[in-house]
Amino acid sequence: MNASAPASGATDPVVDAAYARRWLALATAAVEREADRLTELDSAIGDADHGTNLRRGFTAASAAVEKDPPGTPGGVLALVGRQLIGSVGGASGPLYGTLLRGAGKHLGDAETASPEELCGALRAGLEGVARLGGAAAGDKTMLDALFPAVDAMAFSLDSGAGLVAALGAARIAADEGAAATVPMLARKGRASYLGERSVGHQDPGATSSALLVTALAEAAEGGTA
Amino acid sequence: MKMLINVPETVVADGLRGLAAAHPDLNVDVDNRIVVRRDAPVAGKVGLVSGGGSGHEPLHGGFVGPGMLDAACPGEVFTSPVPDQMARAAAAVDSGAGVLFIIKNYTGDVLNFEMAAELAGDEGVQVTTVLVNDDVAVTDSLYTAGRRGTGGTLFVEKLAGAAAEEGAPLDRVAAIARQVNENSRSFGVALSACTTPAKGTPTFDLPPGELELGIGIHGEPGRERRAMMTSREIADAAVDAVVEDLRPDGPVLALVNGMGGTPLLELYGFNAEVHRALGERRVPVVRTLVGNYVTSLDMAGCSLTLCRVDDELLRLWDAPVRTPGLRWGC
Repeated sequence: MNASAPASGATDPVVDAAYARRWLALATAAVEREADRLTELDSAIGDADHGTNLRRGFTAASAAVEKDPPGTPGGVLALVGRQLIGSVGGASGPLYGTLLRGAGKHLGDAETASPEELCGALRAGLEGVARLGGAAAGDKTMLDALFPAVDAMAFSLDSGAGLVAALGAARIAADEGAAATVPMLARKGRASYLGERSVGHQDPGATSSALLVTALAEAAEGGTA
Repeated sequence: MKMLINVPETVVADGLRGLAAAHPDLNVDVDNRIVVRRDAPVAGKVGLVSGGGSGHEPLHGGFVGPGMLDAACPGEVFTSPVPDQMARAAAAVDSGAGVLFIIKNYTGDVLNFEMAAELAGDEGVQVTTVLVNDDVAVTDSLYTAGRRGTGGTLFVEKLAGAAAEEGAPLDRVAAIARQVNENSRSFGVALSACTTPAKGTPTFDLPPGELELGIGIHGEPGRERRAMMTSREIADAAVDAVVEDLRPDGPVLALVNGMGGTPLLELYGFNAEVHRALGERRVPVVRTLVGNYVTSLDMAGCSLTLCRVDDELLRLWDAPVRTPGLRWGC
């Protein structure tokens, strides 16, 4: 672990609209910071636009949330999802949009959510993504970062961990999952057209997914963009 | 890389404004990114809507007009449009006879068009979708996102467009679109990568003495890299790949398509080799189109598409069309 690990005894924040907005600010900053790297990864096995597209989407989502801030964490996530669907295009717009809209709808109108409820909402959104995209674990997609992350979060919570620790575990699992896509053969999306030549490159979608999970962990640790 | 642009962010909007200035018979909504034929909706006529990432011009906006598409939805460069665009386009062209979405088979296009079909359906527009997947370079469809939609899209849009213009009902127009797709195959070759405005450098590194066989139309590398070949050798490779898969037993339409960065002189020379190669394989070519129609920005290279036709499809091919990119018989 490094300097961004939670200090021992860090208090777990409440999952409320403010938490969801902290996540959005951190995620938007991360996408902005890493856009060129995402596009570079995408040019190796895709079409060189992943960073540009996500930056456009998160900028639009941040503006929409700022303009008319929802009062619940579910409301924030659902609005971000709708904005991504309406502004990103490509496959990542509908896929990330479905993930966040699905998670937001799962949280419903509650003003706060428990860590377990957040984990369940993320899993519900993720299942929507898997249905929509038709991909499975190991196909070299965003799922290869997100499934391990949600599994790690659920396992930590089951073992008695709080939100900060559980999301810390999710973050490590997402990073490891993204790195594990390097030797994989792409079977979905544009990279699949490369066949064996997709091997040896890290999947851009799994990489951006790990950024979003990292932002969830940082928001829980009290970080700000 | 020097480009004839202002800033990368406005490339698509600038192109649409120019399209509008050049073609007053099109309704170009720059803000919502929809190109619609000016007389839409045409009473009693099925509406044809297509779309996809920008960078393939004249596809799709240049194929809007009588005898072809009713509307096109351009996305960002190489990025599919968003669902709102197609839903809005469907509403603009629906006369009550229904709307056909022509979708190139890419994950992003399929997802966004499916969401749009749902939105349009909620608004009471009857939408049928047809996928174009003509690229034989994708051999292992089971373990990929499936064959890509490339040059065959032009044949689908032209032939289904002609049927719709004649007043065929939605199920018939969709059946023709599917028939054309099933009878079309393409194979593409890149001599250079392309450069997207946002990135500013080539999407992959292709040394001077090499070429890529089996490329798509988004600057993605192909399946195989070889030492540079002559026009004759490339034509044999492309014809073999297409003919082995299509197995034509009758007349075909041929599209010798430039990827955007190859001069017409070279394309016509390549077309001569294609006709020679098809003649040697006893495939009769009844119509040929040579030019830049389904492009990949500034990529040098070409693709070959063959479409098996019967008398009915040939008649629809010869039917009048009046669009910026394709225009005859009127």
